[in-house]
Amino acid sequence: MADEAPFQFLHNEVIHYIYKSAENGETENGKNITKLENMGFRVGQGLIERLTKDTARFKDELDIMKFICKDFWTCVFKKQIDNLRTNHQGIYVLQDNKFRLLSQLSAGKQYLEHAPKYLAFTCGLVRGALSNLGVKSIVTAEVSVMPACKFQVMIQKM
Amino acid sequence: MSRQSNRTTDSKKMNSELFTLTYGALVTQLCKDYENDEEVNKQLDKMGYNIGVRLIEDFLARSSIGRCQDFRETADVIAKVAFKMYLGITPSVTNWSPAGDEFSLMLENNPLVDFVELPDNHSTLIYSNLLCGVLRGALEMVQMAVDVRFVQDTLRGDSVTEIRMKFIKRIEENLPAGDE
Repeated sequence: MADEAPFQFLHNEVIHYIYKSAENGETENGKNITKLENMGFRVGQGLIERLTKDTARFKDELDIMKFICKDFWTCVFKKQIDNLRTNHQGIYVLQDNKFRLLSQLSAGKQYLEHAPKYLAFTCGLVRGALSNLGVKSIVTAEVSVMPACKFQVMIQKM
Repeated sequence: MSRQSNRTTDSKKMNSELFTLTYGALVTQLCKDYENDEEVNKQLDKMGYNIGVRLIEDFLARSSIGRCQDFRETADVIAKVAFKMYLGITPSVTNWSPAGDEFSLMLENNPLVDFVELPDNHSTLIYSNLLCGVLRGALEMVQMAVDVRFVQDTLRGDSVTEIRMKFIKRIEENLPAGDE
């Protein structure tokens, strides 16, 4: 497929569906995010399986994170992560200055309250990908000004 | 390193797999949320419709294709341009009705079903029903009311996947005067 439009439209429609099917309320809202995250998780698992088919074994955790930032991100969002930081104790922050799923939405603070919906699926995507590489994690996202956003990955020691 | 070598060639393929897998996740979720396949089919169609009414703008803007003269031209544009652009396949157009108001799209490899097997208890699920909605919604935005449905599906044991499209009528009313 030569095109990313179908994925973006589908992604929007998925969000729309999940939110409409459970006309919200605060507690429901958390549940919706979880649902989206879980869908992303499954997709991330599948993708990483296909993507790492012919790659060499990873050296360590950092090597895995670099792979996520470069290859995985390029495959899904057509660009690399702009900045990767870590405290070397299992926390990584991935910053994308022009996140693809937000860039059509706004360039500023307008619609900021809707941003979490558009990030949940991707959080799951990353978590799923890491999970299939043997890394258990918690992934959260934050946005202060669209379309830039930061994903925080907390590695869970097993 | 081997990791770098095959990246560029793979990216297009990968992107289609992203779409396929995401769609799969959606269908799975729908099957969980609804009791019967009929409802799921309906929901998929509805979602497809929502996509179609937006996708047509993207399509028209990028393909610079004008208004179609007749239904045959419409069929050609759908199969050769639209399917090619968005799904990377070119279905064949066959089985024209004598009146020229009905035809079939034969999909040889439907990318939506790449990794899919239908379990036995979902025998009436039309897995790719989203496509019908997309086609219907998109055509409605260019003033054509069309009936779209799957008549054959490889997932359900048929030898081909066939989408049947029937022209119903031209939608006239909402055109502002002098607007072409």
